[in-house]
Amino acid sequence: MKDEPNYRQELRSYLIGFVLALVLTAVPFGLVATGALAPLQTLGVITVFALIQVVVHFRFFLHIDLSQQKREDLHLILFTVLLLLIMCTGMIWIMASLSERMH
Amino acid sequence: MTQFERKHPGLNLGSHHGAAHDQAEALVFGFWVFLMSDLIIFGLMFATYITMQGPMAEAGGPGPAQLYDLRSAWIQTLLLLTSSLTFGLASLAMRHKHGVAPVVVPLVVTLGLGLTFLGFELHDFQGMLAQGAGPGRSGFLSAFFGLVPLHGLHVTAGCIWLMVMLAQIAVFGLSDMVKLRLLRLGLFWHFLDIIWIGIFSIVYLAGLTG
Repeated sequence: MKDEPNYRQELRSYLIGFVLALVLTAVPFGLVATGALAPLQTLGVITVFALIQVVVHFRFFLHIDLSQQKREDLHLILFTVLLLLIMCTGMIWIMASLSERMH
Repeated sequence: MTQFERKHPGLNLGSHHGAAHDQAEALVFGFWVFLMSDLIIFGLMFATYITMQGPMAEAGGPGPAQLYDLRSAWIQTLLLLTSSLTFGLASLAMRHKHGVAPVVVPLVVTLGLGLTFLGFELHDFQGMLAQGAGPGRSGFLSAFFGLVPLHGLHVTAGCIWLMVMLAQIAVFGLSDMVKLRLLRLGLFWHFLDIIWIGIFSIVYLAGLTG
C-alpha cells in the first residue's frame, strides 16, 4: 500500500521513458548511418542499447519493475524469458556449430 | 491521500474506478499469459532469422545491404515509439481525468501513427518484392518475411482493435467494460513496441552494419 501517484507524476514518468528510448534509439542508428565505429564495436553498442531500451520500455511504459509486484505475474514474465533464453541460444548455438562443420 | 493498492503489473485504473479496478486483476493476468506466449513465438522467429544469415542462407540472392533502407527503418521506429507515448497519454487520461475527449484524442493520434507505420512498412515490402526478393527467393528472405510481417500483422490487429474501441467509446462511453479493454489494448500496444526494438536492432541495424 502506498499513496496513489497523481497525473503529473505519471505523465513525467512517460515522458522520461520516451526521451530515454529516443536517445537509446538515435545513438545506434547514428552509428550505423555514419559508420563511426568498427563493425564489431557497432554490433556491441546495438546489443547493449537494445537491452537497456527493453528495460526502459518495461519500466516506464508497462510499469513493470522488481518491487511491489504481484509475484505470480513477475514469475510468469521471468519464466518466459528463461524459456526463450534456453530455446534461442540452444537453436542459434546448434545451427552455428552445424554450419561450421559443413565448411 | 487515498491508499493505493496495485492489483496487477502495469498501469492500474486505481481504486477510484471501483468494480473495474477489482475485475482488472484476473483479466490483466490472463492477457499477460497471452502476451508471454506471443513473446515465445516472436523469440523463435528471431532465432530462426539469426540462423539464416550469411552467404549460404542468401543462396546467391540479395542480402541485407541491398534490401534494407535505414531511413525508412528510422521513420518507422519514431512512428511506433511516438504512438507508445500517445497511447500512454490516453491510458493516463482514462485513469485520472473526466470526460471522453482526453482519452479519444490521443487514441486517434495513436491510430494515425500506427496506420502510417504500416504504410511505410508495406512500401518497403513492395520495394523488396519488386526486386524479386520475395519470401521464396532464399532462406534468409523466408526468415525475414516470417518475422517482420508477423509484427506488421500484430500492428494491423492492434489498429483494428483500436478502431473497435473508438466505436465502443462512441456507443457505450467509458464504461467499466470499455476501460478494461483499453487497459489490455495498452499492454498489447506497448508490447509490440518492445518487439520492434528487437526488429530494428537485429534485422535493420545489425543487417546494415559493416
